[in-house]
Amino acid sequence: MDFRYIFLMRHELLLLVVALIILMVDLFTVGEKKTHLIKFSLILFTLGMLIGFIPVKPGVLFGGAFQGNALTDLFKDILNMAVLIVFLQSDGYLKKAENAGKVGEFFVLIILTLLGMDFMVSSGDFLTFFVGLETASIPVAGLVAYDRYKSRSAEAGVKLILLSAISSGVLLFGISLIYGATGSIYFSDIAKNVTASPLIILGFIFFISGMGFKISLVPFHLWTADVYEGAPINITAYLSVVSKGAAAFILTIILYKVFKNVTELWETAIYALAVLTMTVGNLFALRQDNIKRFLAFSSIAQAGFILVGIMGTGSLGMTSVVYFILIYVFTNLGAFGVAAAISNASGVETISGYNGLYLTNPRLSLIMMLSLFSLAGIPPIAGFFGKFFLFTSAGSHGYFILILIAVLNATVSLYYYLGVVKAMFINKNDTPIPYFRSSHFMRLSLLLCVAGLVFIGFAGGIFEYIMTASHLFF
Amino acid sequence: MTDFSYTISILIIPLVVFLITGLLGMKWKPLVSGVIGTVGLGISFFLSLFAAYQYFFLNASASGYHTIIPVNMLWLSFTSTLQIHMGVLLDPISVMMLVVVTTVSFMVHIYSLGYMKGEKGFQRFYAFLSLFTFAMLGVVLATNIFQMYIFWELVGVSSFLLIGFYYDKPSAVAAAKKAFIVTRFADLGFLIGILILSYYTGTFDFDKLTQPGTGLFAGIAGVSFLGISGITWAMGLIFVGAAGKSAMFPLHIWLPDAMEGPTPVSALIHAATMVVAGVFLVARLFPIYHFQAPDVLIFIGYVGGFTSFFAAIIAITQNDIKRVLAYSTLSQIGYMMVALGVSGWGGEAGLGFSASMFHLFTHAMFKGLLFLGAGAIIHTVHSNFMKDMGGLRKYMPVTHFTFLAACLAISGMPPFAGFFSKDEILEAAFNSNKLLFYVEYITAGLTSFYIFRLYFNIFWGKDPEYKHKPHEAPWNMAIPLIVLALGATFGGFIPFHDFISPDMKPFAVEPNLTIMLPSVAIGLLGIIIAWILYKKENEMPALIAKRMGLLYTTTFNKFYIDEVYLFVTKKIIFNRIARPIAWFDHNVVDAFMIGIGTVTMKISYKIKRLQSGELQQYAFVFVAGSVMLALFLLYALGYH
Repeated sequence: MDFRYIFLMRHELLLLVVALIILMVDLFTVGEKKTHLIKFSLILFTLGMLIGFIPVKPGVLFGGAFQGNALTDLFKDILNMAVLIVFLQSDGYLKKAENAGKVGEFFVLIILTLLGMDFMVSSGDFLTFFVGLETASIPVAGLVAYDRYKSRSAEAGVKLILLSAISSGVLLFGISLIYGATGSIYFSDIAKNVTASPLIILGFIFFISGMGFKISLVPFHLWTADVYEGAPINITAYLSVVSKGAAAFILTIILYKVFKNVTELWETAIYALAVLTMTVGNLFALRQDNIKRFLAFSSIAQAGFILVGIMGTGSLGMTSVVYFILIYVFTNLGAFGVAAAISNASGVETISGYNGLYLTNPRLSLIMMLSLFSLAGIPPIAGFFGKFFLFTSAGSHGYFILILIAVLNATVSLYYYLGVVKAMFINKNDTPIPYFRSSHFMRLSLLLCVAGLVFIGFAGGIFEYIMTASHLFF
Repeated sequence: MTDFSYTISILIIPLVVFLITGLLGMKWKPLVSGVIGTVGLGISFFLSLFAAYQYFFLNASASGYHTIIPVNMLWLSFTSTLQIHMGVLLDPISVMMLVVVTTVSFMVHIYSLGYMKGEKGFQRFYAFLSLFTFAMLGVVLATNIFQMYIFWELVGVSSFLLIGFYYDKPSAVAAAKKAFIVTRFADLGFLIGILILSYYTGTFDFDKLTQPGTGLFAGIAGVSFLGISGITWAMGLIFVGAAGKSAMFPLHIWLPDAMEGPTPVSALIHAATMVVAGVFLVARLFPIYHFQAPDVLIFIGYVGGFTSFFAAIIAITQNDIKRVLAYSTLSQIGYMMVALGVSGWGGEAGLGFSASMFHLFTHAMFKGLLFLGAGAIIHTVHSNFMKDMGGLRKYMPVTHFTFLAACLAISGMPPFAGFFSKDEILEAAFNSNKLLFYVEYITAGLTSFYIFRLYFNIFWGKDPEYKHKPHEAPWNMAIPLIVLALGATFGGFIPFHDFISPDMKPFAVEPNLTIMLPSVAIGLLGIIIAWILYKKENEMPALIAKRMGLLYTTTFNKFYIDEVYLFVTKKIIFNRIARPIAWFDHNVVDAFMIGIGTVTMKISYKIKRLQSGELQQYAFVFVAGSVMLALFLLYALGYH
């Protein structure tokens, strides 16, 4: 194997190296010094991320099982950035006394799941895809149960691992049916032999059910609210942004590449799932008071919008999905960052607890407002552009009814997003959360999110870059 | 050709002012922000006047005016043909709107120096005013429908901030939220309309879309949905957006409540700028409406006609002076929509279009003046209600005379501005749609009645014992009143049809005495009835209200439209849909599954058994979901 080809896997290899170094250093750090591990890991991870930015010519490895190109590289960079923001936001949480002994695990586990996602994103056959998916899923259960002495956290972890096992089983069954029908696990070979035979349809249904679990599409979403609520807030942020984004990306690729000859089949399924997911997610979000549950349902609804974009097959659909996920990273992490900062400082995790926040913590309230407006898709904040291109993508294939449902849902969502804004800015509270200063890392992460929210929409070059990368991909 | 690229700075200055006062304002004395904002807008104002002078007088040619796009930057490109630009488009209506928006905004800036003095958040107020002006100018100058949509939404956001300015006042906040959600709801129509339109025509640019006789619409012509053609859908949906911003029935409910904002804001947003954005949008797309979707245009006319009549009736019974003005605004915007609805293309047939823009202009002057005058009165009386006022002519002569000029203008009395514009609208309606003509004719009488009811109640009538002796407005509030009064008095002499017409060619209009005289007569009649009833305090109005009984209460309660909406949203959507689902989530899902943190500790054994139950249930739903999906797919793909 040519040395040059190794660079195709630079993201994965770097993550592996970073994870191993942190693991080793963690072994030899004891007691008080453990808090320095946070800075160390952050610097190491940032270095790895920066090296990942170096462009490399596209190519395939292991006979097509692994593929690297501009689009997958870009997506891995997006995931890296998202994880960096999550790390920055975890600073305050990890410095708590009860977490002092397990800082290393936090970083190592997250980086290992990220490694799995990167393999999944680059996969060229169902085997790599599945192994990547599992690598990305199993450590997550450990992360969810990170507060292991809190019953909710432990409970959420157990729930996730059991349900995840079921969904993986179903997914694997689906893949095996497809293998049985086409005689191959390679995406490119399957694509040639796919027909709308009952066997393929059944395989597809199991496959989409399994993926539906990972992206938490309705009706495969039941775990989401419990797990999101039970997990530490930074892990919830990670789940709702990075895990979900990566799964949505690979789903789009598989639908476009593997099932391209049975478009009618998957479009029918995605149409139904999109309508269900947006609507049910929204209706549940209407009356939540726990901020984590609230954001969980809101992120379910957002996944529904991604499906709307997937309906526009081809490079425009791909571009709109990647662009939306990019913006969604900054948006949702902005909202979660504020929630995490508040939770760390005061332990408040309810929306009614946010009453009167603006009077004591105006900057945090403004960041929260920007993020929520972006989630609701109000121009000129980035979230609007993300949604707009998803709708344009669906519109380019004439799905106007679907767009109507989506826009209606976006309007309904405005109601509950405004509800949080109202709590922070308007509702009276005699004992609002007192003023506090978050750590420097947290402030840096929020600054990054706000910069992303404000500027991505207006930087036309970003959309065009993704467009070009998608064109090359197809 | 004159170089117009400097016009971009008209747009940029308010943005810069917003950034400066928004970021640094808190560090300075409040007045500094006010002065920066006012000076910045003053520059924009003079640049707009200069641009209008250059455009209308130096660039005119025998063949009419041309669309000029001095600045246009590529922003996003989907394909080589479908591209989004950001830029500045100048044509007669956008230049006219530039003048209107900057004039009223500049006057409001000066006026607020006095009105908002000492208010908490003075800097914030000026920052928001600049943001709003920036957004509104962006709508006016947009070169393409997408750019317009972005600024359109920004107008919504900034008006939300301004209406909710008194955020410690619950009613203001509720009103701000209502305005935002209702207009957002309408905007979803706008957005889908844009998507349909751009998908079939392959362009966002006004320049290409509004070219008469263009072949762009060939693609959409064959498309139809539910028996209605694609272009009708697109243009109808876009009108829904326009109707939301312009508060046309039945989307008008946000406007009267929005009066909770500070009064200068009402003058700016609800008289001269944001509410006419819908009229501007229809005018901007007029060629498409006229040539491609004439049915929608007729519909627009009827919606406008109904709104103007309906709102005028409600205005008669309101007691809060700002609410009277709010309903009056609805009614006058209805006039503008009627004028667009009855307009034709080319020569004298285009009178409606020209009259609509004319009325937009004069309305901005006299309604801005009415609101600012009302502000001066509220400022000194400390009440919004007519019952607390009376006899103010003795204390506030400047406010009195300027207010009177505005009342005469809105009643269509010659030679005040409203006379000319309203007369042209009536003439245009008379020429093409008799029904709308009669509706508007009667509305004209109602208008002069309700406005003079307001006038006599404030300045004549009883003389209540004022706790503090009312005083005249300070100079910085009086000057804008005088400037706008000049506009409301003499603005009518501008020959609008020389400047503005659908095909951008000047045309001549013969005044039609058979319409003019009766319309003045019905206006006078309204004034006289108001004079008899309200000049001196007497029993008659109360008696009439009592006689009218149910009719009066229904009107007073604005025909219960708000209640109907509340019923639909709260009772039906919340109670019947959202609440049961939330209940299901809370009680069924949660109770079975997790809502148990504390209970876990107490009865861990039992809960453990319950927990295993939950997981099974989750897994069951998961598998059931797959089965349902399978059944659905098999059905949908035709395997049944």
